[in-house]
Amino acid sequence: MPNKVPITINVNGRSHSAEVEPRTLLVHFLRETLNLTGTKIGCDTSQCGACVVKLNGVTVKSCTAFAVQADGAEVVTIEGLAQNGNLTAVQEAFWNNHGLQCGYCTAGMIISVTEIIERNPNPSPEEVRAGLEGNMCRCTGYNNIVKAALAAAAAGQGG
Amino acid sequence: MTTRIFGSGIRRREDPRLITGQAAYTDDIKLTGMVHAAILRSPHAHARITGINTDAAKAAPGVLAVYTGADIEGVLNPIPCAWAIPDSDLKAVAYPAIASDTVRYVGDAVAVVVAENRYQAEDALELIEVDYSPLPTVINPEKSLDAVSKKKQEDAPNNQAFHWVAAGGDTDAAFADAAITVSETINQQKLIPNPMETRSAIASWSPAMGELTIWNTTQNPHIARFVTCLVTGVAEHKIRVIAPEVGGGFGAKIAVYPWEMITAFCSMQLGVPVKWTETRTENYMATTHGRDHVEYVEMAANADGKVTAVRSVVYAGMGAYLSTAAPGIPTILHGLMYSGPYDIANIKADVYGVFTNSTPVEAYRGAGRPEATFLLERLMDKVGDAVGIDSVEVRRRNLIEPFDNNRDVAIGITYDSGNYSNALDQLLGHVGYDQFRNDQAHERDHGTFRGIGVACYCEICGLGPSQVAGAVGFGGGLWESATVRIYATGKVNVFIGTSPHGQGEETTFAQIVADEIGVDVDDVEVVHGDTDTTPMGWGTYGSRTTVVGGAAVALTMRKLRDKAKVIAAHLLEADEADIEYADGQFFVRGAPDRAQSIQDVALQANVAWNLPEGIEPGMEASTYYDPPNFSYPFGAHAAIVSIDPDNGHITLDRYVAVDDCGPQINPMVVEGQVHGGVVQGAGQALWEGAVYDDNGQLLTGSMMDYAIPRAHMVPDIEVHSTVTPSPHNPLGVKGIGETGTIASTAAIYSAVMDALKPMGIGSLDMPLTPERVWRAIQESGYTGNGHSHNHGHDHGHGHQH
Repeated sequence: MPNKVPITINVNGRSHSAEVEPRTLLVHFLRETLNLTGTKIGCDTSQCGACVVKLNGVTVKSCTAFAVQADGAEVVTIEGLAQNGNLTAVQEAFWNNHGLQCGYCTAGMIISVTEIIERNPNPSPEEVRAGLEGNMCRCTGYNNIVKAALAAAAAGQGG
Repeated sequence: MTTRIFGSGIRRREDPRLITGQAAYTDDIKLTGMVHAAILRSPHAHARITGINTDAAKAAPGVLAVYTGADIEGVLNPIPCAWAIPDSDLKAVAYPAIASDTVRYVGDAVAVVVAENRYQAEDALELIEVDYSPLPTVINPEKSLDAVSKKKQEDAPNNQAFHWVAAGGDTDAAFADAAITVSETINQQKLIPNPMETRSAIASWSPAMGELTIWNTTQNPHIARFVTCLVTGVAEHKIRVIAPEVGGGFGAKIAVYPWEMITAFCSMQLGVPVKWTETRTENYMATTHGRDHVEYVEMAANADGKVTAVRSVVYAGMGAYLSTAAPGIPTILHGLMYSGPYDIANIKADVYGVFTNSTPVEAYRGAGRPEATFLLERLMDKVGDAVGIDSVEVRRRNLIEPFDNNRDVAIGITYDSGNYSNALDQLLGHVGYDQFRNDQAHERDHGTFRGIGVACYCEICGLGPSQVAGAVGFGGGLWESATVRIYATGKVNVFIGTSPHGQGEETTFAQIVADEIGVDVDDVEVVHGDTDTTPMGWGTYGSRTTVVGGAAVALTMRKLRDKAKVIAAHLLEADEADIEYADGQFFVRGAPDRAQSIQDVALQANVAWNLPEGIEPGMEASTYYDPPNFSYPFGAHAAIVSIDPDNGHITLDRYVAVDDCGPQINPMVVEGQVHGGVVQGAGQALWEGAVYDDNGQLLTGSMMDYAIPRAHMVPDIEVHSTVTPSPHNPLGVKGIGETGTIASTAAIYSAVMDALKPMGIGSLDMPLTPERVWRAIQESGYTGNGHSHNHGHDHGHGHQH
């Protein structure tokens, strides 16, 4: 049994300390230890983007990061976006534009789109599509995800 | 004047939980004391198991148990196939949940480890020692059906699972008399469905009560319960199956798999809840695939391009075992669609279902109908070429004339309603077909290769009349149910037998309710997916949920409206014959000011203080709706592609769809279904395919190797519609879940072939990868000036755009 390592991670504004095996993936720490199951696992090869979270303000695939790598870091998951029940512009845009069907890719999509708009407040459809290179959806054909991203950008804010 | 809620593109009522991370999919659920199962899978496509040692695994940290095939013998019955096609000599080979002596594909279960957590379970898998003696392997369905591999399935000589023939007219005579015949060999490559959520199950056995609860990521919880009863021997009323939030299905979550049966077995052995969740790599091996046909198809026509006959010989790969619905897909859902939207007098489908050493094949979005549409459209293009007329013109000459109530086709089924030429006309207008053809001619002279492909389709949906289901060997009914309860507060619960998983029926069924009885759509909640709380239903697949289940909801609301009218008449002290209903209000004709609202009536019905004689308390009704016939959505799609002759890269420039699913309850949801379907079909045409080596190893074993369309690979999909109500159900709806996939593979393939026409390239296998296209261009002798020399040499210079 590998030795456990103490870590402290701030997730959605709350500090969490735990002892984890060094091999524990960040996504498993979020889902199994903190019970934040909004972040999904869609593949095991870092392709699908269902597990995208923000780590110190930058999107990462949490299936490809160890929990110990996030020691001392700030993580934001889908559960941390809406404040006091107020949806973000991106969440609202996904709802208004039917940017999801089964919802399984949605957490990763919303976090990726949020970052795309933070980096480029006025993206073109092509820039949105390029920015979603690491997020797969099997339901929507991406049509309404792109539409939602553009609508969120037009609403003038990404977060 | 308020907008009618039926037909409004309102935003979905299920979305708030999905956009905030609050929805619970199976793997998100934790039960007290829950442990974790991991399945050891065969690394061989075909082998005898000559020895297995689980001692080290059993001693590993956290491990509670290790079970092999020997442990389930006599405890778990084999996995049954539920679709025994009649008159087809069907041979259902034994399908044990865990193989004990022979493994038949890479992914077959050999053992299961149960441990305190998933990491420990997976660690222990590596400690199980299995000795295999490899046996001959066959992957290609056509090649499988020969003597070389006779021994693969002892119960099925020649690996033939079944042989099914359907015919109408005199196809042989039509071919003998034909002015023109064209033929094609089509590889409908094996596809991996890829719902974003992999499969998962939690089983919880209550020894005290003898009750089994299974959370199962399934499209059809009631069928899952029925089959679980057959496999585990637990009585049906002691089994509860819950499909919680389900992350896409596309056919891959229809089957009842060995894996959840193994999970149930583990829970029953250990008396604690057990969770099993597959990895994506495991999903590629162990969750069903789609398509996998080798087809020899022919079409006969008159000199003017009027088609007289179509016939096929199809070798349909079933994989190593017959999955739940598998035999019905290349037969009933494929061969019976050989008329498509066309008037064809003579049709014959000759289909062999064949065992191979690969992952079992099941329904995959469209299930048999994309394959039928593809072969018709491919042959239609070839007839057009042979006659020397444009690909649209040849279709126009063959489309069935408009009809609004029943049209028999030669293969022996009856279409509901159609106006196929209207859909085609609309499409050509939207896409600017004539202008494109003009532009294309000029572009080709300058070395630019763009192509347009048009596909017309008609599909069989709304499955279907139970009497027909029985006649074609389906091991169940195909009716649907709804129970609607209006509470004293006027709020409404709708309990349905179908099990949507992304299609939006929590919204669209609420719209049906609101439309029928005048309540606010936000006062309606739709409950689905739990066999303990919902009435029996057969599930969500085959574009049937709204057509059959939605009809059950509408009819239930009409029953409640009738009851409400009786109560309203009593409350208004009027004769029932004088009561009118409008927008949720019941009133005496001519006196709408003195109305009883549905909420008023619901309150009275629930408290029962003052009900008319003979009226029961409560405001609840149920409907079990068995449709009189199938529904037949149709449409016409066009794709425009451009090809870079230097590298074979295809760009999907434009895609335009015209679909007719009858009246639309929520156009935004309808459009979403078309978008997703089109892109999935594009995947088959251009990128996707399960590739095996000669030993049966899946080379496209992860998302790194299997090319699912990504956002930058596809354009916006332009969606239009026509509306032709179906006479076969009370809402007139036809179904929309599969139309995109059914049309788009054919349209995109045709567009690529159109672009490659100047190079004299006739046929290519799908997916149309840049390598495949580039090689074909090289072999065509294309020199870059828009002309082909056809002597097969690579000139390698002078290419221009």
